[in-house]
Amino acid sequence: MADRFDSPYDIQTPPGAEGWEELYSYSSLFTESRRDYEDGGFWFHDGVHWPEALTPWDTTLFEFAIASLSQYNTRHYVIPPALGVDFRILNGYVYLSPVPAPMEEIEGRVPEFLERAGHYFQNWDSLYDDWLVKIRDLVQQLSALDLSGLPSREPLEVITSGAGQGSGNRLLSAYHRLLDHALTLWQYHFEFLNLGYAAYLDFFGFCKAAFPSIPDLAIAKMVAGVDVDLFRPDDELKRLARLAVSSGVDDRFDVGAIEQTFEKLASDEVGAAWIAEWEKAAEPWFNFSTGSGFYHSDKIWIENVEVPLGYIADYIVKVKEGVDLNRPVAALHVERDRVVGEYRELLDSDEDREAFDAKLGLSRTVFPYVENHNFYVEHWAHSVIWRKMRDLGNVLVEAGFIAEVEDVFMFKRAELSDVLFDLYSAWAVGTKPAGPGRWPAEIERRHGIHDALKQWSAPPALGIPPEVVTEPFTVMLWGITSDSVSAWLSSGDESADGSLSGFAASPGLVEGPARVIFSADQISEIEDGEILVAPLTAPSWAPVFGKIKATVTDVGGMMSHAAIVCREYGLPAVTGTAFGTKTIKTGQVIRVDGNTGKVQVLDD
Amino acid sequence: MTDSVTAVVFGSLASEQHTKVGGKCASLATMSQAGMPVPPGFAVLTEVFADAKEASGLMPRLNELVAHIHPEDQAALKVGAEAAREIVLSWEIPERHENCIRRMYDDLCTLSGLDQVPVAVRSSATAEDSPDASFAGEHDTYLWVVGIDDVLDRIKACWASLYTERAIAYRNQMGYDHAQVDMAVAVQKMVRPRSAGVAFTLDPTNGDRSGICIDSAWGFGEGVVSGDVTPDNFLVDKVMWTINRRTLSPKTHAHLLVDGVDGGLPKVDLVELPEDQVHAPSLTDEEIVAIARMARQAEKHYCCPQDIEWAVDADLPDGENVVLLQARPETVWSKKSRGVHAKADSMASIVDTLVNPLYARKGSQPA
Repeated sequence: MADRFDSPYDIQTPPGAEGWEELYSYSSLFTESRRDYEDGGFWFHDGVHWPEALTPWDTTLFEFAIASLSQYNTRHYVIPPALGVDFRILNGYVYLSPVPAPMEEIEGRVPEFLERAGHYFQNWDSLYDDWLVKIRDLVQQLSALDLSGLPSREPLEVITSGAGQGSGNRLLSAYHRLLDHALTLWQYHFEFLNLGYAAYLDFFGFCKAAFPSIPDLAIAKMVAGVDVDLFRPDDELKRLARLAVSSGVDDRFDVGAIEQTFEKLASDEVGAAWIAEWEKAAEPWFNFSTGSGFYHSDKIWIENVEVPLGYIADYIVKVKEGVDLNRPVAALHVERDRVVGEYRELLDSDEDREAFDAKLGLSRTVFPYVENHNFYVEHWAHSVIWRKMRDLGNVLVEAGFIAEVEDVFMFKRAELSDVLFDLYSAWAVGTKPAGPGRWPAEIERRHGIHDALKQWSAPPALGIPPEVVTEPFTVMLWGITSDSVSAWLSSGDESADGSLSGFAASPGLVEGPARVIFSADQISEIEDGEILVAPLTAPSWAPVFGKIKATVTDVGGMMSHAAIVCREYGLPAVTGTAFGTKTIKTGQVIRVDGNTGKVQVLDD
Repeated sequence: MTDSVTAVVFGSLASEQHTKVGGKCASLATMSQAGMPVPPGFAVLTEVFADAKEASGLMPRLNELVAHIHPEDQAALKVGAEAAREIVLSWEIPERHENCIRRMYDDLCTLSGLDQVPVAVRSSATAEDSPDASFAGEHDTYLWVVGIDDVLDRIKACWASLYTERAIAYRNQMGYDHAQVDMAVAVQKMVRPRSAGVAFTLDPTNGDRSGICIDSAWGFGEGVVSGDVTPDNFLVDKVMWTINRRTLSPKTHAHLLVDGVDGGLPKVDLVELPEDQVHAPSLTDEEIVAIARMARQAEKHYCCPQDIEWAVDADLPDGENVVLLQARPETVWSKKSRGVHAKADSMASIVDTLVNPLYARKGSQPA
C-alpha cells in the first residue's frame, strides 16, 4: 500500500486538453508560488457534487459554495478546530482540502464559538422560519432579473418617466446582480448547514460512545425526518398519476409519444383541469434537477417535461395495477420510534438517557434544515440561475458572439463582464462589437479542451493524507474517513478479487444484474430488477427506485442524497465505493451487501 | 394401575413444579413456555429419583460407602464413587413411573415422525438445599440416545453422576447429607446440528449492549464451548438487525456424529472437515439474524444479558431450523457500568465533539 497519493504537480494534462488552465480562475489552480503548501497537503476529489469536468462558468457556483462554507467556519461561527476548505481545479475536476485551525488557537476560539453558534442553536426555529422567507425572496429576485437583449431604441417611457438610464445599464447590472444573488444564495446555504452538522455529529459521537458498533445508518434513522421536502417532487408525480387515472385521462400518457401529451390533454376540460394541477405542482416542485444541480447540463424537470411525464406514465401503470404508491409514512414513524426506544432502553443510566434525549432533540431541531435546504438551493434557485444564464446566452447568440445558447457556459464569469461591456458599448456607439470576431473560434477551442477533460478519470485524492481525518464536515459531507482514505490507497491491491467496499448506507443483501449509468440521460436504460451502479444518484431519480433492487455509488457517505433516498425506498445501498463504475460492467451479476458495505462481482 | 404424572413435557410444567425439576429442566420449561424454540422434550421429575432410591432400599448402604470419605483422600474417593455409581445404576425405576416415561417417549417419537427418536438425556440437579447447582456442567449428559430401553438406562446414569469424586468430596466438606440430594432428568429431542455455538446478548469485546455476538462452528457446539475449534464470529445489531461484523475462521475440525462401531450407538467425534467447509461461513445471514433474534427474546424474557447455546437443526426446514439449547445470565459485562457521561450542556458537548471527534479514532483502532 502506498503512503501517499500522486502530487498534483505530477498529474499530466490529458491529450487534447493543453491550455486547460485558461478556462478557470487563476486563483483556483495549483500554482507554483504556493507549491510547498499545495504539495504537502491532502486534496480529495469531490465527486458527490462535481463528478464531471466543469465548464468555465459552472465553476462559479462551485467557488461560491466552497468559499461560503469556509467563511462560516472561519469568520462567522469560529468553529474551534476547523478553518475553511481550500479548493482547486485540476484538469477541470474539483479538489478540496480541509484546513485545520492552528492547534494553539483552538482553545481561544471556543468562547467565540459558544456565543455565536449558541445564538443560532437557541433561536433555531425562528431563524429557520426567517430563512425560508429569505430564500423564497432571493429566488423571487433571481427570477425577476431581466437578461433580455438590447432594443434598437429605448422605449419612449424611459424618456417620459425621466428614468435617466437605459437597457445597456440594465443588462450589465442584471448579470452582476445574478452573480451577487448567487453568492448570497450560497451564504444562505451555509448559514445553518455547518451548525446543523455539528449538532448531528454530537449526537452521532454520543451514540458511538454508548454503542461502539452501532451502524451509522441507525443514527441517521433516529434523526431523519419522514416528511422531507426532497421527497415532495416525487410525491407530486404520484399525485398527478393518481389524478390522471381517477379523472380518466390516463390514456393520454403514451410513453412512445410523450411530447404530445399536453396537446392531447388540452383538448378538453378534464385534461385542462389536470394541466392546471400540473402547473400548481410544477412551481416550485418541478424545478428539480436530474443531477446534483451544479451543472448547467443537468436536466430540470420543468424544462424537460418528458422526464416527469415519463415517470408519471410509469406510475399510472402501477396505479392501474393497484399498487399503493403512498410512502408508508405512519409505518416509518413507528419504525423510527421503535429504533429510538430500543437504543434508549439499552443505555446504561438515566443520566445517559437524559443526554441522549437532549442531543436527539437538538439534532431533530436542526435536521429539517439539513434535509430540506438542498431543494431550495441546488434545485430551485440553481434552476433559475441556469435559466437566466440561458437568457443571456440567447442575447449573445443573436449578437453573433457565440453559436449556441449553451456556449454561454464556456465563458469564465469575469469574462462575461467584458463581453457584455463590448456588446453594450458597440450598441451604444452604434458600431460593431469586437466579440463576434474573437469568441466563436475561442469557444470552439474551449469545447475541444473540455471534451478532452471529460474523458479523463479523476483520481480520488492527491497529496499526502493526514494520519487521521478529523475535520468534522469532511466526514459528514463527503464521507471521507481515515478508513476510506486507506481503502483508496490500497485500491490497487483490492480490486484483484473484484470486491469493493464503501459505506453501508442502506441495509439489505441482494444479488442481481448491474446497470452502470454515468448520467441522468441514461436513466431510461434501467430495467426492472437491475442493480443501479452510478457515480452518484440524484434525489430526482426517485421514480427509478421503484424498479431497481439496490444501488452502488462511487461517491458519498451515510448522509449523501443517494443514501437518504435509498433508505426511504427500502433498498440496499453501498455508497462511496470510489471505483464502482470502473470495476463493474453492465450485465454482470453482483452482490450488494448494504449491511456491511461490500459489493462483490459474482461473474465475469 | 394408573400411571403417575412424573414425566412432563417442557411446555406443560407448572411454575410451582419448576423447583422440583432442577435448573436445566426449569430453564427449558420457562423458555418453551415463553415461545422460544427449544427442542421438544420432557422432564423426569425428582419424584422418580426419590421413589427409585426409596424402593431400592440401598440408600443406607450407599451413604455408608461415601459419607465418611475424607474430601482430600483421592484414592478412597475413586473407590467410593465407583461403588456408589454402581449402586445407583442397579436401582429399578418403579413401574408407574416407567410407564409414564415410556408414554412420553412414544409421544416424542410421534411428534418427530420417527419410530425411535434420538434424544439427549441430561442431568438436572435441583438447586434448593443442594450444593449441586454449583456443579452445573459437571453432571452427565448423554447424546444420541435411541430407544426407550437406552433412555431408561441413561436416566439412571444421570442419577449416578451425582456421585462423582468431586461431588462427594464437596458434600462431605460442606457437611451436606448425601440422602438429601435429588436429581431430575431432561429428555429432549436430539438436535442434529448442521452448525451450533453460543451467543451473547452484548459484545464481549467491549460490553456494547446493542450487539449480539455469535460464535458458530460446523456440527455440534461442544467444540465452540471447549475451545478445540476456532469458530466463526458474527456481531448483529439488536435494534437494526444488521450484521455489523463477521470474522470467518478456518474450521479444520468439527464435532460430528459418526456411526457406532458394529452397529453400536452413533457418537460425536472430532472429525477433520473437507476443504470446502473449512473456509465457508457456518451460518447463512438469515440464520445469523434468527439466532440473534432468539437471543434477544431470551434477554427480554429474563430482563438481563444472556449467554445462550443454540443449534441449526439439519432435519428442520429453513426458517424453523434455529433452536435454543440453553440460556443463562451473562456475568462479566452485565455487572460493569458502560455509561457515556457526556457533558450535560449541549454546547460544551458539541465543542468536545468537534475538537475530539470520536470517529477520528475509527481507522486507528486495530482491526
